[in-house]
Amino acid sequence: MKERQKISDKIWFVLLSILAVLYVYPVFMILINSVKKERAISTSTVFKLPTSETFSGLVNYANALGAQGFARSFLFSLLITVTSVAAILVFCSMCAWYITRVKSKFSQALYYLFVFSMVVPFQMVMFTLSQTADKLKLNTPFNIWIIYLGFGAGLAVFMFAGFMKSIPLEIEEASMIDGCNPIQTFFLVVFPILKPTMVSVGILEAMWVWNDYLLPTLVLDIKKYKTIPMLIQYFRGSYGKVEMGPMMASIMLTIIPIIIVYLIGQKQIIKGVTAGAVKG
Amino acid sequence: MEKAIRKYAPIFVIPTFAAFIIGFIIPFIEGLYLSFCKFTTVKNAKFNGLANYIHAFKDTQFVHAFGFTASFAVVSILLINLGGLGLALLLTRKIKGTNVFRTIFFMPNLIGGIVLGYIWQILINCLLSIIGQPLLALNSTAGYWGLIVLMCWQQIGYMMIIYIAGLQNVPDDLLEAAAIDGASKATTFFRVKLPMIMPSITICIFLTLTNSFKLFDQNLALTSGQPKHMTEMMALNIYNTFYARSGAQWKGYGQAKAVLFCILVIVISLVQLRATRSREVQA
Repeated sequence: MKERQKISDKIWFVLLSILAVLYVYPVFMILINSVKKERAISTSTVFKLPTSETFSGLVNYANALGAQGFARSFLFSLLITVTSVAAILVFCSMCAWYITRVKSKFSQALYYLFVFSMVVPFQMVMFTLSQTADKLKLNTPFNIWIIYLGFGAGLAVFMFAGFMKSIPLEIEEASMIDGCNPIQTFFLVVFPILKPTMVSVGILEAMWVWNDYLLPTLVLDIKKYKTIPMLIQYFRGSYGKVEMGPMMASIMLTIIPIIIVYLIGQKQIIKGVTAGAVKG
Repeated sequence: MEKAIRKYAPIFVIPTFAAFIIGFIIPFIEGLYLSFCKFTTVKNAKFNGLANYIHAFKDTQFVHAFGFTASFAVVSILLINLGGLGLALLLTRKIKGTNVFRTIFFMPNLIGGIVLGYIWQILINCLLSIIGQPLLALNSTAGYWGLIVLMCWQQIGYMMIIYIAGLQNVPDDLLEAAAIDGASKATTFFRVKLPMIMPSITICIFLTLTNSFKLFDQNLALTSGQPKHMTEMMALNIYNTFYARSGAQWKGYGQAKAVLFCILVIVISLVQLRATRSREVQA
């Protein structure tokens, strides 16, 4: 019995390994082509490893970063993600605390509105939202975070409120009795307790903003500002022949930071990304 | 304490609430209103009753997009959940390398839809050209299965994590009791493990369902609806009605389709809420 178990485990291990290789293959394919010369990338050669003749070193990467504007887009994406996530974490946790601690018709209504907004698909508001953003001049990478705060508030408030219900009131009451006003109580007492939820919400919202394509495309002026997903889609849609080498390098440059962050904070990320699902 | 906090309401509530009004409430109400109007911008809207909705129902492309999305949803829900559950069962058997496998299978989930779609477009087109088939732009069957493979690749790892969490919550004494009673592996799975992970199954099915219906980025990047709108899903159809057509009537049609789409997604979510609640009592 035990012997049989061991053998079947070995077979499964081999099968899982094959599956893992297949899983990684698409990314690996992009990687090997990103270091090939332009003429060596075609449908018939795409699966071949680069040889000494077709190897182009990091030329494609330099090209993608400079001429193709990848570095600029990377900075825009980073700016938008950092400002949006920071705003969502601070303001939504404050709002959620108010909603859970003050029982009034207004806070109840607000809570259900936030939950409702989580469900509404983006297509419902995309046109009117882009017009509103234009009117209020929220159409640059420097203030688009206001839009993200508004549209991302639902999930964040919902998750924060869910966690806050489990924090015992006594801690907060004690700090109020000790003379803290609500702002001090929130930032000195509640905020630190929220850390695990902060991480989950932060990861979830960061993944969303970083990878989001449609919202920035509709809101930002594409001639001036392109986030990474916009840049990649823009190249493909542009007329004339797409240069495959720099394109592959751009894709790698998009994926590499994600993989690095993932490998460092794997446990937290898996927990964070799935927490949203299980609670929603 | 409540009174004290209430005094500070403006500070705590206004930043989020103001952004929420700009980013959601105004666009939502305007969108609802505009679905009954003929317009090209919010300012020049003229009320025209239900004309947009009538057109949306008559639009064969939209109806086709609904059918395509529904059929895609059914197949992808089945494959993703079977795949995710299968992997979860294997990875809770204490085979060596479990952590590495988990890391690898979950990874595609973090890559954005546009990039994923593009990677798979290159890969699938190269495979198609090697076996001498028409490329994605002319091949709706390949487009359909391409989307399914892409979604499996992206989501199986995610569902796997939820199923693993579910399986780890099955109490050991239940499994021991089943073993002592002489239950076979199959019986243990169907009679003990499966009922115990029903909550995870409900969550995963609804996640894959809503993900399939809302799918946009991957659709745009992999096939962008080609050939001839044959692989166009609902979200992309709405987007194209808005932005790929000229003529004053199209934006109204698009907004009416968006409202219908929104209602559909809300109904799915409400059913989900009821289903998860009633399961939770049992678990």
